[in-house]
Amino acid sequence: MTTTGMDGKVTIRLNGKAREVGADITVSGLLDELGLVPGMVVVERNREILARESYATVRLSEGDQLELVHFVGGG
Amino acid sequence: MSTHASADTPFVVGNREFGSRLIVGTGKYPDNETMVRAIRASGSDMVTVAVRRIDFDRTREEGILYHLDPGEFFLLANTAGCYTAEDAIRYARLARAAGFNEWLKLEVIGDETTLLPDTQATLDAARVLVAEGFKVMAYTNEDLITALRLEDAGCVAVMPLASPIGSGLGLLNPYYVRAIKERCEVPIIVDAGVGTASDACLTMEQGVDGVLMNTAIAAARDPVRMAAAMREAVVAGRLAYLAGRMPTREVAVPSSPPLPK
Repeated sequence: MTTTGMDGKVTIRLNGKAREVGADITVSGLLDELGLVPGMVVVERNREILARESYATVRLSEGDQLELVHFVGGG
Repeated sequence: MSTHASADTPFVVGNREFGSRLIVGTGKYPDNETMVRAIRASGSDMVTVAVRRIDFDRTREEGILYHLDPGEFFLLANTAGCYTAEDAIRYARLARAAGFNEWLKLEVIGDETTLLPDTQATLDAARVLVAEGFKVMAYTNEDLITALRLEDAGCVAVMPLASPIGSGLGLLNPYYVRAIKERCEVPIIVDAGVGTASDACLTMEQGVDGVLMNTAIAAARDPVRMAAAMREAVVAGRLAYLAGRMPTREVAVPSSPPLPK
């Protein structure tokens, strides 16, 4: 599954949509790119919740399924 | 108000004391500023929030933590919108990973039209989540047997509905809610269906420990004012319950001494 493109990009699925990201980008790097504050989100990668401490070290690979969730208004 | 309240036992759920018997939701407000003002007016210290996929175009608008200070309010994450035990468990874990607390309003819906709970799935999820260390406050219907099972499963509170979510129909079955309150040891918090202040008051008059509401405040013409009304109604209902109402009679009894004949 590690089919890194010639341009050094990989395609992941982010909240249900395909997205190209730099090969070897970390979760922290992706959150930065998206302008998200790590303390405000929870990240699930391939259905497994990632510990915040691992954001800086976990690198994304081709085909990774990422779910980014946060708290919204609800009853 | 506080002089009367001091005569009451504290409102304790899962070893944690709360200042208000009113728990409010954060959904469906016209805007975030109104939401925060209404929550402050309600006097609640526990507020419910939902977990949802981030919409990258509306992150700041939707993200409740951009508007609500988690230092000011105790956040109770819900599993609203989940239709299976598996989904509810997944969302519960996501909520806990947010890092605030291990409390959860467990809600597993069984039907899209009525939004009535799937009590079997709720029980299944409750058992798993309690074993994982969650403090589960379980939304359920007004069925005593389910309430007892949820208590047995280790839930820290059982939360029967007054009427369907968002219906505003008020307390449809006071008798069953009282039966649950009489038989369960854990706090009973009536969740969903309250429409206006008298509903909240009547609900508290049944002797339950608290009320949870969202739409009744958020969908009022003036949510901040309705929140203030709910605050008073919950206190009034609680006081009336503690005071013990007079018996009802089907004949009139004069309040003033009779005139000499």
